[in-house]
Amino acid sequence: MTDILSIAPRPAMTTNKPLLEVRNLVTEFPLRTGIFRAVDDLSFSIEQGKTLCVVGESGSGKSVTARSILQIIDSPGRIASGSILLHQPDGTSLDLAKLDPRGRAIRSVRGRDIAMIFQEPMSSLSPVHTVGDQITEALRLHLKMSKAEARTEAISLLRQVEIPNPEKAIDRYAFQYSGGMRQRAMIAMALACKPQLLIADEPTTALDVTTQAEILDLISRLQKAHGMAVLFITHDMGVVAQIADDVLVMHHGVAKEYGPVEQIFHSPQDPYTRMLIGSVLKLEQKAEIRLARPPLDTTAAPLLEIRNLSMHFGEMKALDDVSISLLPGETLGIVGESGSGKTTMGRSIMRLYDPTAGEMHYRRADGTVMDLAKIGGGELKAARRELRMVFQDPFGSLNPRMTVSQVIGEPLLVNGIARGKALDERVCHLMEQVGLDPSTRERYPHAFSGGQRQRIGIARAITLNPRIIVADEATSALDVSVRFQVLDLLMRLQDELGLAYIFISHDIGVIRYMCDRVGVMYRGKLVEVGEADKVCNAPDHPYTQALISAIPRPDPRDRDHSRRFRYTEPSAAKNGSSAR
Amino acid sequence: MVDVSIANLRPERAAVASQWQLIWWAFKRHRLAMAALFVTLALYIVALVPGFFAINDPTVQNARATFHPPQRIHLIDNSNGFEFGLHYFPLKLTRDPETLAAIYVEDTAKKIPIAFFGRGYTYSVLGLFQTDIHLIASTDKARPLFLFGADRLGRDVYSRVVQGAQVSLSIGLVGVFLSLALGIVLGGISGYYGGRIDFVMQRVIDFVLSLPTIPIWLALAAALPQGWPATLQYMMITIILSFTGWAQLARVVRGRFLSLRTEEFVAAARLDGVSEGRIIFRHMLPSFSSHIIASMTLAVPAMILAETSLSFLGLGLQPPTISWGVLLREAQNIRSIATAPWLFLPGLAVVIAVMALNLFGDGLRDAADPYNK
Amino acid sequence: MLKFIVKRLFWMIPSLFAVSFLAFVLIQLPPGDFVTTYIATLASSNEVVDQNTAAQLRERFGLDQPMLVQYLKWVWGIVTHGDFGISFEWQQPVSGLIWERMALTLVLALASLIATWALALPIGVYSAVKKYSIGDYAFTAFTFFGLSIPSFLLALVLMYVAAVEFGQDVGGLFSSQYETAPWSIGKMYDLLTHLWLPVAILAVSSTASLIRVMRANMLDELPKPYVTTARAKGLSEFRLLVKYPLRIALNPFISTIAWLLPNLISGSVVVAIVLNLPTAAPLLLQSLMAQDMYLAGAFVLLICALTLIGSLISDILLALVDPRIRLE
Repeated sequence: MTDILSIAPRPAMTTNKPLLEVRNLVTEFPLRTGIFRAVDDLSFSIEQGKTLCVVGESGSGKSVTARSILQIIDSPGRIASGSILLHQPDGTSLDLAKLDPRGRAIRSVRGRDIAMIFQEPMSSLSPVHTVGDQITEALRLHLKMSKAEARTEAISLLRQVEIPNPEKAIDRYAFQYSGGMRQRAMIAMALACKPQLLIADEPTTALDVTTQAEILDLISRLQKAHGMAVLFITHDMGVVAQIADDVLVMHHGVAKEYGPVEQIFHSPQDPYTRMLIGSVLKLEQKAEIRLARPPLDTTAAPLLEIRNLSMHFGEMKALDDVSISLLPGETLGIVGESGSGKTTMGRSIMRLYDPTAGEMHYRRADGTVMDLAKIGGGELKAARRELRMVFQDPFGSLNPRMTVSQVIGEPLLVNGIARGKALDERVCHLMEQVGLDPSTRERYPHAFSGGQRQRIGIARAITLNPRIIVADEATSALDVSVRFQVLDLLMRLQDELGLAYIFISHDIGVIRYMCDRVGVMYRGKLVEVGEADKVCNAPDHPYTQALISAIPRPDPRDRDHSRRFRYTEPSAAKNGSSAR
Repeated sequence: MVDVSIANLRPERAAVASQWQLIWWAFKRHRLAMAALFVTLALYIVALVPGFFAINDPTVQNARATFHPPQRIHLIDNSNGFEFGLHYFPLKLTRDPETLAAIYVEDTAKKIPIAFFGRGYTYSVLGLFQTDIHLIASTDKARPLFLFGADRLGRDVYSRVVQGAQVSLSIGLVGVFLSLALGIVLGGISGYYGGRIDFVMQRVIDFVLSLPTIPIWLALAAALPQGWPATLQYMMITIILSFTGWAQLARVVRGRFLSLRTEEFVAAARLDGVSEGRIIFRHMLPSFSSHIIASMTLAVPAMILAETSLSFLGLGLQPPTISWGVLLREAQNIRSIATAPWLFLPGLAVVIAVMALNLFGDGLRDAADPYNK
Repeated sequence: MLKFIVKRLFWMIPSLFAVSFLAFVLIQLPPGDFVTTYIATLASSNEVVDQNTAAQLRERFGLDQPMLVQYLKWVWGIVTHGDFGISFEWQQPVSGLIWERMALTLVLALASLIATWALALPIGVYSAVKKYSIGDYAFTAFTFFGLSIPSFLLALVLMYVAAVEFGQDVGGLFSSQYETAPWSIGKMYDLLTHLWLPVAILAVSSTASLIRVMRANMLDELPKPYVTTARAKGLSEFRLLVKYPLRIALNPFISTIAWLLPNLISGSVVVAIVLNLPTAAPLLLQSLMAQDMYLAGAFVLLICALTLIGSLISDILLALVDPRIRLE
């Protein structure tokens, strides 16, 4: 598989063999009920100094593929057949699949020739050993360095991955680092022995988008400097478009399509790949449903008006003087990174938290106005019928011990609206409305997929004929192909039921697809509010600009990294170490 | 993401399976725990109607049967051709001519058949009615069957072990329910309200857990007046045992409450307009009841061991109450166990009961959460 | 770190007061008081004490004062000059009777603790690493057996075996010639030769429960991502096992002191009584039977204080080995 689109400089090599060749790999997990094939007859190769992205949705077997190469598959998984040829600089080849997973031969490859970084930098680092201890370990093991040499080298590695003050940082523990710093430390550890191949298993999934951009830049810079090949596992097509030379699309353990990144994005052959790319590109623009709508009446009296809302947890100001309003029939997006206070905002509106200060004026259908921040008891209960919530976690937000009909019917039952046969009919109707088969209503949540569960959550939210729905990261836990289906459902329901949404998300794509207006949050403050098109394409506030610039565009032809920058608060300039 | 235990089941059945069904399926797969469940059930059935399973009146003394050794039960009798049927032979006492030590020999001439559902001494069933029907009964009242031998006073050890099961097994159960009541109230308050109440309660629980229980039980038990009636004594001992037992359960309850309080489905229920009472009973309680039951099951054997130890030391239940601990007091003296090692047999009953309950509780704990694996 | 220890020490104070109050309540629980019991004892040897003398005695011991005052006096006596009151059965101050026995109790508990750890740690790790192997099943069977047999029964059975099979008496902690002898090298050695049996008996049930703790801890840690990280670095299985999961599984293991020590001391009470060891337990039982409440109270107080100190030590150790606690 030679390709002409190479961007990274080729290291001087005499052979034209690829670095790693995987042929007909099969990895299996013996289960009680039979054998589960996580990877089925997979073949690919990685060239020197290039980046291969393995992309797929959850359960596609991409992570198992990565682990098969180093033979560190979680028990009871094992390589059933196939070969993994590592072509070494001296011309010899080593079949990693044939090696004993506990033997010396494979151990000398791990960490020295092929290194790996993982998704969760916190749990991938030992909590009771210093970062330095964990970095020097590989140096001492493979390069037989002395303690002092290894320490000097580790400090220089930490400096390479741009960790400030490496002499001090080396003696710190992982939990004293921020999320991005931890992943940098992981990279330093992986690069310790200058491996020929770096396997990165979703290394940026747990990180905020601005941090992700920095980590991706760092990896590609180091890759160029060391002439290292990268096998990058991800579910994010945007990331793929930004960094890949070649792409392998996986689905249920099988390779769906394999080719240069240009081909995958601009002339995909396989229907699954096309669907995947299509789903991603959909979220690059306004939803079709919204295009067909008449323009929003901006002169109408706001349905909800939030004034100077603050929510403090001890010292921490999770919400700091936030004011925003919601028009009838509007979808208001709230976007921000982790810790920005967007979830606190949603929960404060629902009064799951009691705000420290501020007002939330809600205009009822009869025109009367109540302050959600002040009411309690029966009034709050009445208000909560009209304001409903959809949660992020499709697994945690449904009581696993109740059937779907009990879950959806509970609001009707406890509010004394329907019972018995009438309740059952209402539940069936609601399930049809959200695209679920009513005959499955006696099943428990564990029998449904993530997307279906989120539909159950939506059905529960619309049971009481609400006027406002607060959706907190309602689609973040879903695969991209399911994501826009749920978003479309929400918009259809909006048209049918005349709903207004407060849509909280970290994902600008989702916001652009879904929202009329958007508010951008940063450290508890609302830094910018405006039309969704404007904020997503030409934001005013420097933080929003930085945020937008960091989002990987799902187009390999658009790889301009130069416009990216990190936002630093003008007043309290913080160094990168504490920013998350 | 896929839960292995559920994924391994047939989907169409699993889809409509309630929590208890899933727990039962997971539990059934644990063969040792299943066996333990049956043993536990059998023991509690015995404890319910010990009289039916006993052979001789456990309180009757028999001067002629002092330290009478256990007798064998035979199935096939060859002495007189071939005869089939459960029977035993009385033992003849002879003495070693030199040491004068007692030697018991089977008197094969006098075969005594054993009757199923035969008649024996009269006992009452749960205080409801009187009967004299026993599972197995000797057909010769003058030569009783000593399955586990006899003690110092010639009382039948087997029947006493069976009778003792009632007190020993029930004290564990009653004690655990008392502990649970305390544990749920205190742990529930602590976990539900959180904050300062929780902090103080936590310190109290830590404190109680760091105390060595037996010296305190001993001191409390020693303070009980000696002359109290058996039932009062029984209640007091149970209360004393739960005095320290609640802390462990309170900690479990609190932990569950705290983690459930932050569950999104509880927040969702609150937004649905569900009342606090219904949230606790409809949403939270079913979520941790299986864990509580498992913790309780594991607490019962500890209580049984505690009662046995206390009674053994003479500070728990007092004779004539029959419990396994009281029976083991007979084995306290090295001289009596050297002559009559069968006095250890109540100890075997303790070991079997405790082991069965431990294994059962262990399997239950493993199966208790079918949704998180 | 220092702040942590100071804070933890500060918490000891209310606990110690609670313990002393508990012990005092236990002293006061039986009907009547020390003097009535004393008079009854004298009466049984045909000495008659008139009401005046009784009142004098009560005044002397402060028994006519409210309970709280008595309690404060008792605590004051202990804190200022180690006066635990008087044992009327032995007719001498309690403090003279308890210290050697408490020391032997501590020796027994510590020896059992060390034995428990030395056995449970490697077995627990083995069971977790070789999960579902024959060895794991064998050890699991042992743990269930060990948890189910009451320690006094085990002591009795061993005594029976020793007496019947080997004709030996295995009770006590010293041979007869050393029993009253002053401390010497010979006596220490003699203690060691006798100590193993009670230690073995006590260690059975605690080892059983600790194996289960260690196995569960290790099974929790083994699938953690940091283990995979270490494996991906090329470490050998043994090295990575010792350095990472074992090291981290040790933390909850250390915190077991907090409940292991009370358990061991509880267990040692019953075993000591059966084996007639010269530790606190037989005297405690005797004093409880005789309602010699000051002696009993002193024992309860000291035994509880010992376990409180044990949990303090375990907390400090835990903070020392776990940076997450140390640096919070």
